[in-house]
This record gives sequence, structure tokens and C-alpha cells, in this order.
Amino acid sequence: MEHSIQIEETIDAAETRLSMEKWLRMDRIPHIWCTGCGIGLTVSALVRAFDKLNLDPDQVCIVAGIGCTGRVGGYLRVDSLHVTHGRAIPVATGIKLAKPELTVVVIGGDGDLMSIGGNHFVHAARRNVDITAICVNNFVYAMTGGQVAPTTPSPAFTNTTPYGAYETALNIPSLAESAGARYVARWTALHIRRMSNSMMEAIRKPGLSLVEVVSPCPMYYSRINRLGEHLETMKFYHENSIIKHGEPTENLKIDFQKQIIVGKFVDKPTGS
Amino acid sequence: MKANPKNVLSGVHNLTGGQACVEGALAAGCGFLGYYPMIPALDFVNHFIKRSKETGSKFIQMEDEISALAAVIGVSWTGLKAISITSSSGFSNMMEHLGLGVMLETPSVIVNVQVVGPGDGDSGLPSQGDTMQARWGSHGDYEIIALAPGSVQDMFDYTIKAFSLSERFRTPVLILTDNVIAKRKGKVSIPEASEINIYDRKLYKGPKDKYMPFLPDDELVPPMVNIGDGYRFHVTGLTHNHRGYPIMNEECQELNVHRLVNKIRENTDKITEWVEDGVDSADIVVVTYGLLSNAVKKAVEKARAEGIKTGSLRLVTVWPFPEKRVDNLASRLKGIVVPEINLGQMVFEVERASHGQTNTFFVQCSGEEADDVEMIFGSIKEALTRKKKYDDIIEYTPKSHGA
Amino acid sequence: MRVLRIPLDLSKHKVPQGEVHIIVDRCKGCGYCIEYCPNDVLEVAEEFNAQGYHPPKVKNPENCLNCGLCEVICPDYAIFTIQIGEKEAKLATQK
Repeated sequence: MEHSIQIEETIDAAETRLSMEKWLRMDRIPHIWCTGCGIGLTVSALVRAFDKLNLDPDQVCIVAGIGCTGRVGGYLRVDSLHVTHGRAIPVATGIKLAKPELTVVVIGGDGDLMSIGGNHFVHAARRNVDITAICVNNFVYAMTGGQVAPTTPSPAFTNTTPYGAYETALNIPSLAESAGARYVARWTALHIRRMSNSMMEAIRKPGLSLVEVVSPCPMYYSRINRLGEHLETMKFYHENSIIKHGEPTENLKIDFQKQIIVGKFVDKPTGS
Repeated sequence: MKANPKNVLSGVHNLTGGQACVEGALAAGCGFLGYYPMIPALDFVNHFIKRSKETGSKFIQMEDEISALAAVIGVSWTGLKAISITSSSGFSNMMEHLGLGVMLETPSVIVNVQVVGPGDGDSGLPSQGDTMQARWGSHGDYEIIALAPGSVQDMFDYTIKAFSLSERFRTPVLILTDNVIAKRKGKVSIPEASEINIYDRKLYKGPKDKYMPFLPDDELVPPMVNIGDGYRFHVTGLTHNHRGYPIMNEECQELNVHRLVNKIRENTDKITEWVEDGVDSADIVVVTYGLLSNAVKKAVEKARAEGIKTGSLRLVTVWPFPEKRVDNLASRLKGIVVPEINLGQMVFEVERASHGQTNTFFVQCSGEEADDVEMIFGSIKEALTRKKKYDDIIEYTPKSHGA
Repeated sequence: MRVLRIPLDLSKHKVPQGEVHIIVDRCKGCGYCIEYCPNDVLEVAEEFNAQGYHPPKVKNPENCLNCGLCEVICPDYAIFTIQIGEKEAKLATQK
């Protein structure tokens, strides 16, 4: 009996299949992300989180910036805006303020949300806007060719640091906590079910929530640092990650090819 | 449609220019203000905050002007009319999002209370120094609408006009003013709500799965929807097709950007407005806008009293510039005088539009009405003495007031 | 000393039987599904798909338990499983 059926269109499908597809713009799949990129997994987790929360797709709004991760808006079948680099959070703030009943999710990369958008992230956390920010951290500016980003650990090589990065890498959960975010979690892209649960909690929680996703960049970061292909890098991140819920955020620095601490770090009651 | 009586402060009031502008915005149905504190803009902002409780409008102070305009764009997509008020250096900050607003075709109004520049400048001195920046500030090819109120009553009327234009043509509209008019107190007569006509954006009401966010109608303006209405649209600032998806090639750039530019250029007749006074029989015409309207009126009267046939053309909409009218007039005139409170910006546009058919004279004004009247009058007299089509280039070197 | 303990009521436990569906032309050949399938159901196919990648191929169809990990872990939404029945549970140490 032929068990692997190769089909073009999904006609008969299990419930999960159908519910996934209702959230995706199937006319634009296959997407532009590279083989093995963690963004595809992030979207998969996010869609499952939306589904489990039984959200009404008409009341969800995605705002994305520029970059590989920013393209997520174009693949999700909800109202989505693709705005300028780094300024997704202020646009989301405006949308949430004008229509508080919407679920607003901001998706961006580490360069988009934490570099040019760093200022806006800090103030959104301070203001405690009820949006969820999902930051896909691949340690480089991927779309423009692998330049050094604020999260690049020293002494990794990138296109613009041929002798190794030397600036202090940004510790995103620590920044988020000190600015006042209410929920901060970090997972690697392979922790797909835990990441999805974190996203569910983040979306459900009022106030600014941040979920950081450590993802391989097989095209640039892995290649120039000789970390193997996507599978090896992903395996490395996954196997060298250690789950420590509630760990103080100052210990969460990501060093080059060292252990990555993942888990849910901050879950403060809102309104404090 | 008519204004909502809840928002309109009908009657005759003694308001500052800033307050009149905010009353105009509220009468037009504005429900949101996104701002960053700038000294010249504070009058406006404080009045909006004061009135926000009665009208139910929202406001937020953002961390910089970039995010203020970004928030305004986000709010506009939810169906609420939104305004941002800033000053010259904040205006420079907003340039990227001005381009984004044009590309996403988001209706919004931006008030720029101009001060002298460049750099940090001096927030106490009036200026019309952002005239060209309003037109060319952002990158790429685009057209913009800008209005220049000349009096406190204008601040009320033109703000309503700005909202109507922005909703009708789905584009950001600028109001170029300065802190002299903003602080000046004057009589503003606000009509009843039933007498104020406001324009609301055209909303798409067709089947949900057939919605194309950028498919234009016959005015080249696509109908819009609000976030949360169930249309599941995707819009992007990248070059996009009618569906809103980014497509990166030349045909799409043409499909997208040529229409955005034509949207304003082909509808110029419906957008451009100016006020003429005696131009048809004039020898010299003074082209003016904004703060100098009063000074020009007095200078023209003075010139007429001396027997010089003078007319004035006051621009209501600074951009798009009424090229055809100026070209039309230039053939019959002995000279055009362009007074501005800057070192020469609109004069170049006037000169270009007159196509060399007459001489153009620039008058460097300072905002002090008495001085300005003298200088404009002097320039009118000088314009009369030059022969038509002066052989040398008339140079615009900044004069110091001591000389 | 290693003790093998077989539950006395093993025959009463049923596990789902899954069937793997692969949307071949969407696959980008990352290999996550092959690597992370807990029951070693998939392997790399010899053929290319339309995009030039090697998609997965089912190697041991009877092992599929409809756990859904391949579906969740695929970045390209190119693989999914459905349940087509039940079967008797087997110990992991048994073949």
C-alpha cells in the first residue's frame, strides 16, 4: 500500500492541516526563506498558537518591519502591514490604541526590532502596550547579506567584521526586563511546541510580551563561521540549549557557540 | 457628509492659531493625535488634550517624531482620522514615514510649525523655510499636497480642507504654518456642524475575497478598508501590485508609482486652490502664501494708491503649485514679485512656471509686518523699472537687514 | 543488570496508525523531518523535486504513529500526517 502520497493540493486533511491553512496565504507558498531557516518554524508555531487560542482571524493584525523576518506579514492570511525598517512597534502601538479589541502581533528580526527599532522597543515596554513582539534572532542582518548585528556574539565573523565581532552582544531578555516588559521568553527554533505554548501565553497576557527565537541563518551566519549547514547549526543550538525557567536575565548572554539558556524568564503580573 | 456636532465648537471665539487649527481638526472628525513635544507645537497639543475628553479623541506622546508619524499611519488604517503636529526639525525626522504614507496611501494630516533652520535653528523666529522640503523631502518620486494658512481663521478652515483632501485622495497632507500665526490670537467664527462639509474616505463594500487594496477607481484612488473588518488584506511599503503583494520589477514600479504620482497630477484641478486679486489687469503680480498674506495685501494697496497696476495671487495650496495659471499670467506681466520668509524657495518654482516670459523678483522678508510691507512695496516699484526679460540673471543673494 | 519488563496488558493498548503525506514541490530539502522523526519513518529520496531539492520519502510506513512532529517542524508546510486507524502497541525495543 502506498503510504507516501505525493499530492499538489491538500484535499483531504486532518484537522490540524485545515486549521493551519486557514491562517496562511497559500497562493504565496512556497515562501522566500532559505532551506532550514528558523523563520518557517516560527510561523508554524505562531499559527498553531493562534489556532489553539481560537482567535478570530478577522481580529488579528500583524505588523512587520523589513528583513527576512519582516516578510512573515505577507504569508499570514490576516490584516497585515509591512512598514519601514524598525518602526513596526510604533505602528502597532497606534493600531492597538485605536482599536483595543484587536490582537496585534509584531514580528521582526534582531536587526529590525533591536537595532534600528531598539528605541521603540524600549519605550513600548515602558509604556506596556498590549502587543506581542516576536524577535527572531539569527545574530546577523540576513536579508542584506549577513552584516554584523547588535546580537552578534564576539568573536563571530560576519560580512562586515572580517576579523571578528568585537562589540558587546545585546542581551535581549535583559533589555526587555529592565525596560518593563511583562513576559519574556526565549526558545530555539527547534523547540517548536514549547515555543508555540510560549507564544500562546504571550498573546494571552496583557501588556508587552516578548518571545525571542534563536534561529540558524544557514546562508550567512553559519557559512561564514563554518558552523555547517542548517541541520548542524540547528542541532547545535538545540542540543546546547538548557531550559532554565525563571533564570535572572543578566545571566542570559549568548556567547559564541556556547550554551544557550532558554525558557520563560519573566512573567510578571500586569499593572505593577 | 456633515460634521458631528459633538466635535464642533460652534460660535465666534477668540482663539490662537494653534487652537483654531485643532478645532478645525476636531470638526473634521479627527480622533487621534500622535506627537513629540516641540516648543512651537505645544499650543496645539495642549489644546487637543484639553478638548479630548469632550470629543472622545485619543492622543499619545511618542518617543520621537519618527514613531509619532508611524503611530498616526497605524491609526489611520483602523479608520480613525489622525493628525501629527511638529516643528521643522521634527519634520525632517518624519520624512521616511511621509514616503511610507504616500506609498501605503494612508490619509493623514501633518502640521509643521516652521522655524528657522538648518539644524536646531531658533524656535523663536518665524520662517517659511520648509516649503521645498515639503515637496521634495522624502526619497523617490511622489507628489504631495501642502496648504499654507495665512490667518487664524485660515487655520480653522484649511485644516478641515486638509482632512478632506487627505481622505479623498488617500494621501498625507501637510499644513505649513509658523509660530507667529500659531501664537496670534484672533477671531475665529466656527459655523454650525450642519454647515461644515467633511469628506470621508471611500470604503470598499464588495465581497471579502475579491478585495484588492490598491485597485484604483476612476479618480485613481483605491477604496480603503479598516483593519479588523475581515478583509484580511496585506499592504507593504515595497513596490507592490494591486493585490498589495511586493513584486520587485520595473513593470510593477510603473504600475505602482506612476499611478501614485498621476493620482495628484491628474487631479490638480480638484486640488489646487488660490485666491486672486486684480491679476487680470495688472502689470505686477505678487505671489504669496502663508504668513505674508497680510503684508502683501497692504503692500498691494499701497502700490495701487501710487497708481501701479498690481495684483496678488495668494496660494492656498502651496503644492501642487498652480503652474498653468502662473504661466498664463506671466506673458502679460512686467514682473512677478515673490516675497518669502526664507532665502529663496518658492521663487524658483514661480520662475520655472513663468517660463522666462517675465522677470521674477525675490523679496527676503522677516515676518515683521511693517518691514515686510516696505520691502515688498519697494520691490514692486523696482520690478516696474526693469525692462521685460532682463538680460542678466536676477540673483538672490541674502541681504542683511543692516545694509 | 538490565531488566526487560513487558506490561501484562500490552495487547489492550492501541496506538494510532498514521499516514504521511508529502507535498513534494514545496519541500526545500532541509531534512528536519527525516532527522527528527522519532520512529525513523522517513529518508532522503533519490529524485529531485521541481525546485531542485531532494524531498523526503517514506521508508517505514508502518512505524508512523501520527505524532505530527514532522508537520510541526517543517518550515515549508510540505508534510503532514493523518490518522488512518489504530494498531497494537509495540515496545520500542521490539522490532
